[in-house]
Amino acid sequence: MSAWETDPLLQIEQLTMRFGGLVAVNALSFAVGRGEITALIGPNGAGKTTVFNCITGFYKPTEGRMPLALEAGAFDGLAAVTASGRASIDDRLFLLERMPDYEIAKYARVARTFQNVRLFSGMTALENLLVAQHNRLMSASAFSIAGLLGLPRYRTGLREAMDKAKYWLEHVGLTARADDAAGDLPYGAQRRLEIARAMCTDPALLCLDEPAAGLNPRESAELNELLRYIRQEHRISILLIEHDMGVVMEISDHIIVLDYGQKISDGTAGFVRNDPRVIAAYLGVEDEDVEAVEQEVGV
Amino acid sequence: MAAATTSQPTADFRPEGAEIQDEERARAMAGEPPFSRGRPDRNPVVDSLRDAVIAAVVALALFAPLVGLQTTPLANGLGVLPRWGDVAVIVAVVFVGRLLLNIFVWKSSTPVTESIARFFNEDEVRPRDWAAIAIIAAILVAIFFGGGSLTFIPAGITSVGALVALLALIVFAVAIARKFVGPHMPDLPYGRILGALFILFALALPAITQIWFPQQSRYFLDQAIVILTYVMLGWGLNVVVGYAGLLDLGYVAFYAVGAYSFALLAYYFGLSFWICLPLAGVLAATWGLILGFPVLRLRGDYLALVTIAFGEIIRIVLINWSDFTGGPNGISNIPRPSFFGIAFERGEGGFADVFGLAFSPLHRIIWLYYIILVLALITGAVAAQLRRLPVGRAWEALREDEIACRSLGINTITTKLSAFAIGAMFAGFAGSFFATRQGFISPESFNATESFLILAVVVLGGLGSQLGVVIAVIFLNTVFELRELAEYRMLIVGMAMVLIMVWRPRGLISTRQPSAFLKERKAVSADNVGQGHG
Repeated sequence: MSAWETDPLLQIEQLTMRFGGLVAVNALSFAVGRGEITALIGPNGAGKTTVFNCITGFYKPTEGRMPLALEAGAFDGLAAVTASGRASIDDRLFLLERMPDYEIAKYARVARTFQNVRLFSGMTALENLLVAQHNRLMSASAFSIAGLLGLPRYRTGLREAMDKAKYWLEHVGLTARADDAAGDLPYGAQRRLEIARAMCTDPALLCLDEPAAGLNPRESAELNELLRYIRQEHRISILLIEHDMGVVMEISDHIIVLDYGQKISDGTAGFVRNDPRVIAAYLGVEDEDVEAVEQEVGV
Repeated sequence: MAAATTSQPTADFRPEGAEIQDEERARAMAGEPPFSRGRPDRNPVVDSLRDAVIAAVVALALFAPLVGLQTTPLANGLGVLPRWGDVAVIVAVVFVGRLLLNIFVWKSSTPVTESIARFFNEDEVRPRDWAAIAIIAAILVAIFFGGGSLTFIPAGITSVGALVALLALIVFAVAIARKFVGPHMPDLPYGRILGALFILFALALPAITQIWFPQQSRYFLDQAIVILTYVMLGWGLNVVVGYAGLLDLGYVAFYAVGAYSFALLAYYFGLSFWICLPLAGVLAATWGLILGFPVLRLRGDYLALVTIAFGEIIRIVLINWSDFTGGPNGISNIPRPSFFGIAFERGEGGFADVFGLAFSPLHRIIWLYYIILVLALITGAVAAQLRRLPVGRAWEALREDEIACRSLGINTITTKLSAFAIGAMFAGFAGSFFATRQGFISPESFNATESFLILAVVVLGGLGSQLGVVIAVIFLNTVFELRELAEYRMLIVGMAMVLIMVWRPRGLISTRQPSAFLKERKAVSADNVGQGHG
C-alpha cells in the first residue's frame, strides 16, 4: 500500500473548475501522499496549472472539496469541519476551497513556485528569503513595534530568519550571490532561489509548477537532488507539474496524468508508463484503434 | 603551429542555410552602407550650424505662442501683449546650446561628455579630461558669480542659471572626491556622514542666519520651514508610492485632515497644539484606513483616479459643510504652539519675559522651525527604520510582485492598508503643524495641485529615496521662490520632469539600498527595481 492511499496529506475530491463555458478541470479526484513526491503530468492545456491554482487558492473552484490534514489521522474530523461551514476547527485539518490564497500559505502551509518565475527582482536573494518568513518575523517584531524599538525579541527573530535564509541559500548553491539582486541572477539560479523562497515559508506541501523548465540537463539533475533532499531531510510532501519526463519518472513516487481536465491515469511511475491511455494521450493511437478510442471517450 | 592547425579546418566548412544568408548580408553591408554615405562635401561646422538653425526654428514655433503672446485684461476687453524679447532670449539659448552640443559632443570625435563621464565611472582620467572639466567648472563659476551682471538677461533666468551652476559644481566636487578619495577610504560611511552634516547644518541654521544674514533671518527661516514641511510630506508619501508602489494622487487629503482636525479641535474644545498633534496623526491614519479599504482593491490607473477623487471629496466637503468647517472662509485664530506651556507673547509671562530676553517675533519662528525639524527627522527615521523591518520588506515585495506575496502567506490588503495609514499619519502631523504655523486654514490650501506637487517631489527625487526627496524639495522651492520667474515656474518644473524622465526614469537617486545583507551591501540598480502597479 502506498502513502497516498493509507496516509494522504491532501485529498482532491470532485474538483471542477469552469471558466464560463469552458470546463478546465472536470470532477478530478486524487490524493497526495504525506512525505511523497507526487507529479501531475499531461499534455499542454490539460488543466494542470488550473489544479495548482485551485489548491493554492488563486482560483476558487466551481465545485469540489480539498481537505488537507497537517497530521496523520486528522481526516477523522472531516465531516465535522465540512458541516461547520468553516475552513478549519482545530488547525490540523483545512478545507482549502474555503480559504483565501494567503491563508492557505500561512495556516495550511502550502507553498508554491510559478511557471514563469516570480521573484522580487529588485530585492536581493537574501531579502527574497526574508520576505518569505514575513509572518514569523511580523510576530517577532510585534507588528513593527518591537522592531522600531529594537527590542531583543525582534533581534532574536531576525537572527533566526537570517540563519534559515543562509541555510537555504547554501542548499541551492547561492551563498556567493546572496547580496545580488534576484533579477540579476541567471535563469537556473532564479528557479532554485524560488524553491528556496518557498521552503523558507516552512511548508507542509510544496507545489512546484514546472521547476525544470528551461534548465539544462546538468541543472535538472541538480534539481532532482535538491527535491530528494527536501523530501528526505525535511519530511515535506512535494506536488509538481513537469514536462521533463526524465525528472518525473526518476523522482516521483506517484504520478497523476491529466488530459482535457480529466484524470486518465493514477499510480506509480511504472504503472503510468505502461498505461495505454497515457500512451494514447501523449503519442496518439494507431489508425485502426481510432474508432474504438473515439467510442470510449464519447466523441 | 597550434593556432594554424585549429584555424585551418574551419575554412573547409561551408556554412549552411541562414548562415550563408548572414554572410552574404554582411558582405553586402561591408564598406560604407548606402544609407549613411551622405554628401561628400559635408563639413562638421556647417552641419552643426544647420542643425542648430533647425532647432532654433522649432523653438521659435513652439515658444512664440506659448511665451510671446500674453493676454491681459484691457479697459475694453482682453488684449494681447507681445513679449518678443523673451522669445528671442529663449530661441538664442536653444540655438547656442544646440550649436555647442553639436560641436563639442555629437559631431566631435572626442566628446566632452565622455571626458566628464570618466569622473563618474571606473575609467582612467586623462589629462584631457581634467582640462575639459576645468574649463566647464570655470564657465560654471563665471555663471554663478557673473551671471547677475548681465542686465539684458531677465534676473530670474540668471538666478536659475546660478542655481544650476552651483548644483553642477557640487556634483563635480562629489564625483572627484568619490573617485580619488573614495578608493583610499572605502569603509567610510559616506551616507551617514552626509546625513550628519545635513542635520548639524539644520540644527545650526537659526544661529547661522542670525550671524550672517540678520536682516533676512525671518525670510530664511520661513523658507526652511516650508522646505521641511514638504520634505516631511515627501517622506510620508514615499512610504506609499516609493516603498509600496501605490500611486496615491490624493495625498493632500490627509494633510487637510490633519490641519482641520487640529483647527476644529482647538476651535470647539480649546485643545492645544501638543494634544492635537498626536490626535491629528491618528485621525489622518484612520481616514487613510477608511479611504484605503474600498480603494485598494483597484490597481494602477484606477487606483490613481480614485485617490484623486477622494482628495477632491475631502476638499469639497470642507468647502460645503460651512456650519462646521467655516466653508470657504476657513478657520482663523488657530492657537500657536507654546514653549512647554509658555506662550510667545509680548509682556508678562511671555517667552521673552520668562527668559529675560527682548521680545522678538523671531522667537516663535525659531521655535516653529525646531518643531518641524524634529517632526521631519522623526518621519525620516521612522520611515527608514520601517523599511528595514518585515513590514517594510513586505511593502517593497508588494511593489515587486503582489501575486508572489500572496503565495508566501502575506496578507496584501492589510499590508497595503498599513502603508496607506502610515503615509496618512505623517501627512496628518504635517497638516496640524501647517495649521498652527499659519494660524489660519481654508480649503484653498489643499487642492489637487498640492498633491501633484508632493508626488512630483517623490518622482523627481527618486522613488524610495529619502535624500532624493530633500534635493527635489530644495530645487522646487528655490524655483518657486524666484519672483522674477513667477510665470515660468511650472514650465521649469515641467522641463525638470521631462529631463529626469529621459535621463533617470526612476528619479534622481534611483538605486535601491537592500534592507539586509550577508557580506556586503550592494545597491540594486534601477533596472531591476519595480515601480508597482498600484
